Amino acid sequence: MSRAVHRTRDSRSPAKSVALHLTLIAASVVSVFPVAWLVLTSLKPRQVIETASVGLFEQPTLANYTQVLGQTKFLTWAANSVIVSLATAVLGVLLSATTGYAVSRFRFPGFRSVMWMLLITQMFPVAILIVPIYNLMAGLGLINQFPGLVVAYLTSTVPFCAWMMKGYFDTVPVTIDEAGRVDGLTPFGTFWRLILPLAKPGLAVAAFYSFLTAWAEVAYATAFMTGDERYTLAVGLSQFVGQHKAEWGLLTAASVLIAIPAAAVFLLVQRHLVTGLTAGATKA
Amino acid sequence: MTTDVVGRRRAAPPSGARRLLSRHWYAWAMTAPVVIVTLVLVGYPLLRGVYLSLTDATEANMGRTIGMNVIPSTYEFVGLANYADILTSSTFVARLTWTVVWTIVCVVLHVGIGLGMAMLLNRPMRLRSLYRVLLVLPWAVPAFVSAFIWRYLLNGEFGVVNAMLRAVGFGGISWLDDPFWAKVSVIACNVWLGVPFMMLALLGGLQSIPRELHEAAEVDGATPWQRFRHITVPGLRPVSSTVVLLGTIWTFNQFPVIFLLTKGGPGGATEILVTYAYRQAFEGIRDYSGSAAWGLVILALLVVLAGVYRRALKQQGEAW
Repeated sequence: MSRAVHRTRDSRSPAKSVALHLTLIAASVVSVFPVAWLVLTSLKPRQVIETASVGLFEQPTLANYTQVLGQTKFLTWAANSVIVSLATAVLGVLLSATTGYAVSRFRFPGFRSVMWMLLITQMFPVAILIVPIYNLMAGLGLINQFPGLVVAYLTSTVPFCAWMMKGYFDTVPVTIDEAGRVDGLTPFGTFWRLILPLAKPGLAVAAFYSFLTAWAEVAYATAFMTGDERYTLAVGLSQFVGQHKAEWGLLTAASVLIAIPAAAVFLLVQRHLVTGLTAGATKA
Repeated sequence: MTTDVVGRRRAAPPSGARRLLSRHWYAWAMTAPVVIVTLVLVGYPLLRGVYLSLTDATEANMGRTIGMNVIPSTYEFVGLANYADILTSSTFVARLTWTVVWTIVCVVLHVGIGLGMAMLLNRPMRLRSLYRVLLVLPWAVPAFVSAFIWRYLLNGEFGVVNAMLRAVGFGGISWLDDPFWAKVSVIACNVWLGVPFMMLALLGGLQSIPRELHEAAEVDGATPWQRFRHITVPGLRPVSSTVVLLGTIWTFNQFPVIFLLTKGGPGGATEILVTYAYRQAFEGIRDYSGSAAWGLVILALLVVLAGVYRRALKQQGEAW
């Protein structure tokens, strides 16, 4: 294996090597530039942002950040986002874990219907449920309340988590189940005491994915959260760039504050995310 | 399964329903939470949506409670009128055409660029992990933040893209205010967002192709194109069929990019089906029935897609 690797590296001509690195550098620049520009812009004072000049650093200042943290509801919105996303992730995983296991291990009457249901609900466009759910929530007095938004998010995260966990449970060898059954465990006992502990990484990925879904959701949050005390970050940020005035300084500073922790966590777990999403496929 | 055998031998042949229940109650009990949640949270609103789509409900005639006063609903059943309106309207044709163009262009670019990057990364070289992290970055930033970033980059007056164009002697382009360039802009933003996922998924697929296959083909004198065509492409098929369909559904339903970058404008030029239905429901006089009907039309389109997906799965031997 390693010999093959060396051979390939040595066999590449210098010109090819340069071309390869130049292509990758160009691609990396395209990929990083918007984020880098965001960070640079957030450090500029307002009068510099609203000019057509393209300096990298001009009168760098942290004024935008102090204003975002001190004079806007940014921290409230961030807390709201965390509450809603955490609740969605925890409930989503709790509700869907046993189902993921059941459709991974058992063939039972109704199996196909359950699989179809999981698949189709994942594809539901936001437009189809938002009106009926909005009217329902309005009837229950849950508009502008966190539970209403969490319930709306569960409609998409529960089927998705079940689907994703099925993929993960499929990778856990069935021989473990059989060993448990031979030792006298019930099917649920097998799941709870043997499989679930092994599937912790899968659960974590599903939870994280639900968290991200809720964290970045725009449509429901915009429609349901009507008071600025209850906005999530996605709704709150739109307030900075309205129809008539755009506070690009506040927007960019807030974006940096959101993007940095999100990106850091994301880069740590992204390898597992991709595996989770394509689990069924790569196994085949 | 041993319990089943024992049970059947001991008891006199039980009725069909009893036997099914004793055999499968574990599976049913374990799927119950999701089935119940889905029926309550998705099934009921869906039925209600179907009902609303057959009425003329709007914000004005919907029942509501203002303080102490309960105002009853006054909307009426109108049958398939909403659907007839939609399917014969020029808006529908225009929105559907653009949604299909948007989906195809985005997915082709996602997969094409993603595959290219994955193949570049799938070889030994210096700085490989650094490139990998840098190229994944757009996926790591929440989509709504990215949409705002792009809105600033493409801003006509003080956006950096126009500033760069002007610096090299071109005039600025009103990216988000011209119908054609707005379409280019939303596609560019979405491609930027979506390539990393494709790249990582396809890279995983490439790494699962045994290296020996390529070496053997090389020894047999296959050209790079032949190796790509007859080893890489078939080897990637399990992964690529999944991610292409995931990507298609995601792009078709891509709400934040359109909604936050252009608001569907200018003049509805970049409005896809999903954002259009949303705006009908929540902007101006809220047209609940029309929006519900649009939602169902979109769902019907997606169910057709699901059929294709299932057929693809079946071909891979995952029969259900």
